[in-house]
Parts: sequence; structure tokens; C-alpha cells
Amino acid sequence: MLYCDGGKGQSKTLDEVVMMIELTGLTKRFDGFIAVDGVTLSVRPGEILALLGPNGAGKTTTVRMLAAILRPTTGEARVAGYSVTEQPQEVRRRVGVLTEHPGLYLRMRGGQYLDFFGRLMGLEAEERERRAKDLMARFGMADAWEQRIGTYSKGMRQKMALVRAMLHDPPVLLLDEPTSAMDPHSAKLVRDSVIGLRHHRRAIVLCTHNLPEAEAIADRIAIIRRGKIIALGTPAELKARLLGAPLMELRLAQPVGDPRRNGIVKLVSELVEVEAHGEDWVRYFAPDPRETNPQLLHLLAARGVGVVTLSEVRCSLEDVYLRVVEEA
Amino acid sequence: MAAIAERRRAVGEALGPVFTLVGREIRDTLRDWRMVVPIIILTLFFPALMSWIANYALRGVARYGAEIVGERMLPFLLMVVGFFPISFSLVIALETFVGEKERRSLEPLLATPLSDTQLYLGKTLAAMTPPLLAAYLGITVYLAGLYFIEGWTPPLILLVLTIVLTTVKGVVMVSGAVVLSSQTTSVRAANLLASFIIIPMALLVQGEALIMFWANYDVLWWIVLFLAVVDIVLIRMGIHTFNREELLGREIDELNLPSLWRSFRSRLRWEPWFFGADVKKMPAGLRWLGVLGGLYRHDIPAILRRSRLAILTVVIALVFSVYVGYTFADRYRLPPDVLRQEVSSEAFARSQNLGMFSFTTWDVLIHNLRVLAAAALLAVFSLGTLAIALLMLPMAVIFFLVVQAASVYNPVVFFAAAVLPHGVLELPAAVIATALSVRLGAVFMSPPKGMAVGEGWLWALADFVKVFFALVVPMLALAAALEVHVTPLVVLSVFGG
Repeated sequence: MLYCDGGKGQSKTLDEVVMMIELTGLTKRFDGFIAVDGVTLSVRPGEILALLGPNGAGKTTTVRMLAAILRPTTGEARVAGYSVTEQPQEVRRRVGVLTEHPGLYLRMRGGQYLDFFGRLMGLEAEERERRAKDLMARFGMADAWEQRIGTYSKGMRQKMALVRAMLHDPPVLLLDEPTSAMDPHSAKLVRDSVIGLRHHRRAIVLCTHNLPEAEAIADRIAIIRRGKIIALGTPAELKARLLGAPLMELRLAQPVGDPRRNGIVKLVSELVEVEAHGEDWVRYFAPDPRETNPQLLHLLAARGVGVVTLSEVRCSLEDVYLRVVEEA
Repeated sequence: MAAIAERRRAVGEALGPVFTLVGREIRDTLRDWRMVVPIIILTLFFPALMSWIANYALRGVARYGAEIVGERMLPFLLMVVGFFPISFSLVIALETFVGEKERRSLEPLLATPLSDTQLYLGKTLAAMTPPLLAAYLGITVYLAGLYFIEGWTPPLILLVLTIVLTTVKGVVMVSGAVVLSSQTTSVRAANLLASFIIIPMALLVQGEALIMFWANYDVLWWIVLFLAVVDIVLIRMGIHTFNREELLGREIDELNLPSLWRSFRSRLRWEPWFFGADVKKMPAGLRWLGVLGGLYRHDIPAILRRSRLAILTVVIALVFSVYVGYTFADRYRLPPDVLRQEVSSEAFARSQNLGMFSFTTWDVLIHNLRVLAAAALLAVFSLGTLAIALLMLPMAVIFFLVVQAASVYNPVVFFAAAVLPHGVLELPAAVIATALSVRLGAVFMSPPKGMAVGEGWLWALADFVKVFFALVVPMLALAAALEVHVTPLVVLSVFGG
């Protein structure tokens, strides 16, 4: 199951595959418009890549090409070592896809539904039942095995679609909005499960509008707009690159005093760029916090200024996202 | 032996997912009471009712001495009880792909390792199986009813014919509907387009009814053969045109005429050529030489090369029509005195004044062009087949006459004198035009690699237009002039009294 030859006649185990997903100049044109425009990126085994972007940016089209459902117009994509254009069936065998809509057969019972997809994926009877039951139990749906899918809640349907995507234990998971429509508890179950898969060297591409979720679980973020990748990196890298130096906040045991009369603000601004200050706090940019912060603390201590806390003001991924998208 | 076992295993592996899909679809159909109730009514209640009506009608007509009406009615009703259940196959088949697309359950299926052929076959078999089983059950119930009430059993050959006919009709309806379902964007559009299946099938059933009452069952075997060919063509067409990308990516079927025109015009263009000279730098008044040079030196030969399979098909069909002409001539001999007519200028003049068709170059040319244009139009609606048939018919007639003439004249001399002088141009022109027409129809069955059906059709149309006006019309014009002015002289000089 986990073996691939990369279309080059050489067998490799998944452990030997350096990049689980490799896109090179991937482009998809439909009548009159370009949905995906020369996307180049890669995902390592055990890595979670979040694909962020506004509606119609090209996320779903990219995922469909990775799942060998749509054929790229130009460029190439290799998934688990197989080409999506030349070996689409091999790719589909190794990819689990959570589609934008759950797309379930509502008249079937949960168990029947998973059995059907397990058969199509080529799983043996015993294995498909075991895996289906395990996954249902993991997502708190063991009782729903015999229920008709039509009676499921929206969140249960989403979880069922996720179970379907994970049923054949694929090395690559493409998840489009996995926690949409889920209650917080279910969403956490799914997030934990996705993080758990990272430890099994699975590569995961996550399309989402839920930025805190992306920040919490993704190793790297790719922001896509009008079919082009406009930012790519770890959340920290993106923040540093796009929002500038980290912003630190110093809380003091005494008032900062008048900055015009040798107050603490003036003292701090000798070392770093002060962004703002209040009655007993100062915010400053620290291009290199490891160097600047000890120096500043040392200086304040020497002047007898009591420091209550020194912490980083967290900038959210949302700030990064909004800035990138607006600039683009 | 090992190779056979390996092949069997491979076939089993390929068919396994197909049957999985078929099983799910059938179970899904049978879970819907709106499908189950009509199936029960049409397979159990309706055939039983037909048995009773047949029995009642038999007694009724016997009272007036018209037993033959009753006798003919029993096979007719046998066909009807078989046909009614397959009528609802359309409902299932029309929504196979587009229905799933509307319910948004298609994408997960497309993301499985099923190949296009497996997916297509699975869906087609799933749509076909319940109606056909219902049809066989209906026939069984009807026959059982007649056997117990009237003691009537059909001749074995009639029973086999009815079952085979029902099956091929069911396959035509389902495979046609599945093609529609995979090519439309909504169930509503598929239902509207289903008229193209329902109307011909309704006409066919009426024709069959007439034949049943006429009791000429041999004709029905020819219908079976025809429908079997249509089955193969439709299934092949469905597999070739099935495109999971189009199915998923296409949301709106908008008729974009400017875009179509642009695409057609781009296919009409060709590179100018004039013995290696840079045509753009030639004097403006001479550039047309480059345009013609490019057309005749490169473009038309390229079109003919890519139409070679169609040309070969037409030639094979012509050879077959020669055989048909020969066979009929052998079977239906004309009396020699009919053939031994006076061949003179006056006889030609008489034959030219029939009132329907005057024998001038212009009229001959227009007639030939009209026939070839009609063949192209018919080809579009018949996957190319009627264009071939339209050419085969006159060829069969010509060779019928050539073989008949053998009893009076030397057939080779007759053919060389009466056909070849103009036929040497007319025949190749007709073959080429027909082959290009065949492409206009066949493109629906097998679009060029990497092209959607519409795109392929516009390409075939552009090829047809270029070859028709640049090659076929000049050849036919010359042939018409020869036919009117040269062929009669040759015939007179060879056979004239």
C-alpha cells in the first residue's frame, strides 16, 4: 500500500520519499480564466501545509488537481511519488480527499457507506470494517454505524466525510475546510487527529478560512490569491517578513514618567524603537529580542526601575493574511 | 495457462469495483419507494392485466370470425409488457451522473481509484439492470397468465426475439441517457434532451407494432441488428466522451456564440506558402498566391491525412455497396430487351426532358452538392452513418446496372464509357466529402485526443468547409461538365447505333 515507484521503475517506501507533494508551475485554465497560475511548492512527509486564500482564489482547484480529479493545463504535480497526469489512478489510491461538500449518500447507513468506499479503495473486508469502526469511534460516532446518513447532523456528516477520506490510511490527505460546521469539541477531535497524522509521516494539505486553526496546526502556510502563491512560510516567518520586528510589551512597577524629562520612555528609546506607551507600560519593536531584551532589562535594573512583565505582543495570522491579501 | 489465469485475475480486479458500484446504485434505487412502486405495477400488475385483456380480446374477436387479430395481438402485447418497464430506465439513467453532481456526491466518487471506464460501465449497468430485470419479469408474468388462462405459449423463436429486442432497446435507451447525463449540467437539461431518445424510440415501437400485426418477424431481427449496432456506438461514444473533469468543472452550459465563432475561425486559418518565399513580403496583389499555395500545398493534404481513417471507412463501405449491387443484380435480372435500348442522340435528348431534372452542368453540379450537403447534415445527427448510407445507395444502383449490362454489353467497357469519364473526378470528390461528413458525426463518439466534443466538432467542421469549397466543389464542377458534355459522346461513340 505504501510503496511507490515514482514512475521511474524504482520501488521506494514512503519513508524514502523526500517530498510527498511536489508542484512545479502547476497551472489550470478554464474557458476564459486562469484558476491556478504557475504554483510551485512542496510538502514533506509529516508536514501540514495550510492553503489560505479568499473565495475563488484557486484552493479547491489546486486540491482537485492534487487528487487527480482535474488535469493540469500545464506544469506538473507529483503526489506520493506519482504523477497526477501520467498515473492518476495511483495518485487517487494514495490520497484521501475531504471535499468542499461532504457529498454523502443519504439513504445509506454509516457502516454501509464506509464499506462501499473501502471496497472501491481495495481494502479487504476485515480491514475495512476494522478501520471504519476505529475511525468512527475516534470521532465519537460509534453509535452512528447503523444510522442512515440522512439522519446525521451537519457536523456528523462532516466527520463522516473525514472518516471516508482517512479510511484507506492514505499517505497524503487533502482536507478542504475539515472543521466547518463542527461544534468546538468535534473540531478539537478533528484537529488532534490531524496533528496525530503528522507523526505518522503523512503529508496534509489543509484548505481553510479558519486562521487560528491554520496557525495552531500547520507547519507552513501558503497564501493563494488569483491562482498565485503570494506568501509561503512558517507562521513565524510570515509574521516576521510581513509584520516587521516582534513587538514587545514592558509592564513596569512604576509610572513611566514624562518622556521629555528623562523618563523611562526616553531611556528605552535609546536602545529600541518605541511604538507606544501608557501610564505604566511601553511597547517597542525588538528586531533581535534575544540581544535587545537582556540589555534593556539590565539597563532598567541599573536605574532601579522595577519590571513586572516583559512579553511579546502576539500578532495573529489574521493580521498577516489581511496585509498580504490587501497588498496583493 | 498462467497467462490466461493472470488475464482472468486482471479482468476480475477490473470488474470488482464496477460490480461494487452497480450493487450500491441498485440498492439505492430500490430504497426509493417512488421507484419501487412503478416497478411493481409495471412488472406484476400491468402484465397480469394484459393477460386478462388478451384473453378477453381473443374471445371477443373470435365471435366475429377475426381470430387472426387475436393471434397477432398476443405477440404484440408480449412486446408491450416488455417495453413498459424499460421505459423507466430513462428516469434512472438520466440522473446517473448529473443527479449525483447536483446532490454533490459525485466528487468523492471521482476521487476514488476507479478509472473512467469502470465508472462509466458501473453507472450504465446500474441504470440498465433493474428495468431489464423488471421487463423480463413482466414478460414472465404475462406469459404465465396467458398459459394458465388460455393455455397459450409463444413459439420459442418469438420469445427469444422479444427478449432480445427488449434488451437491445433497453440498452439503447440507457446508454443514450447516460451519455446525456454525463454531458449536461442539470437533471432538467438532461430531461429536456431526453426527447432525442424518447421520440425515435416511440416511432420505433409503433413500427414494431405494425410489423407484429403484419407477422413478418424476420424484419424485427434486422431491427435487432440495427439496435445492437446503435448500442455499441452509444456505449463507445459514452466511454470516449466521458470526462470527469468536464463533469465536475462545468457549471453552466452557456451558448457562447462569439467564443464558438472565434474557435471556428481559428481552425479555418492556415499558413500561407509560396515556394519558400516570405509571403508577407510579396507584393499585395500577389499574396493570394501564397494563400492558395498554403491551402493546397499544406493544409488540405494535412486534412486528408487526418481524415484517412474516415476515407478508408467510406471506401470499404463503397466496396460493400458494389457487392450489394452485384448481389441484387444477380437476384433480380432485368429482361435483356429492356437493356438493349437504342443508344442515340435522340434517346439522350428524351431522357433529358423528364421535367424533374434538366441535364445541364449547373443542374448536375447543384444536385451533387445538395446531396453531399444533406449527407453532412445527416451525418451530424447519425454519428456519420447516414452520410455513408447516402453514398452507398447510388453506388449500389450503379453496380446493379453495370452487372445487368453484362448480359448485353461488356461490363468493363460499359463502366468505362458511362461512368468513368466523369466518375474519375466525381467519385473521389464524393468519397472525400463523405469522409469529412463522417468526421462531423463520428467526433461525438470519439473526439480528438485532448479535446472536448464541441472543440473537436468545430475542428471537423472547419476541415469540412475548407475541403468542400477548395477541393470538392471544383472537382464536382469539372465532373458535372464532363458528365453533361463528354460522357454522352463517349457512350454514343461506343454503344451508338
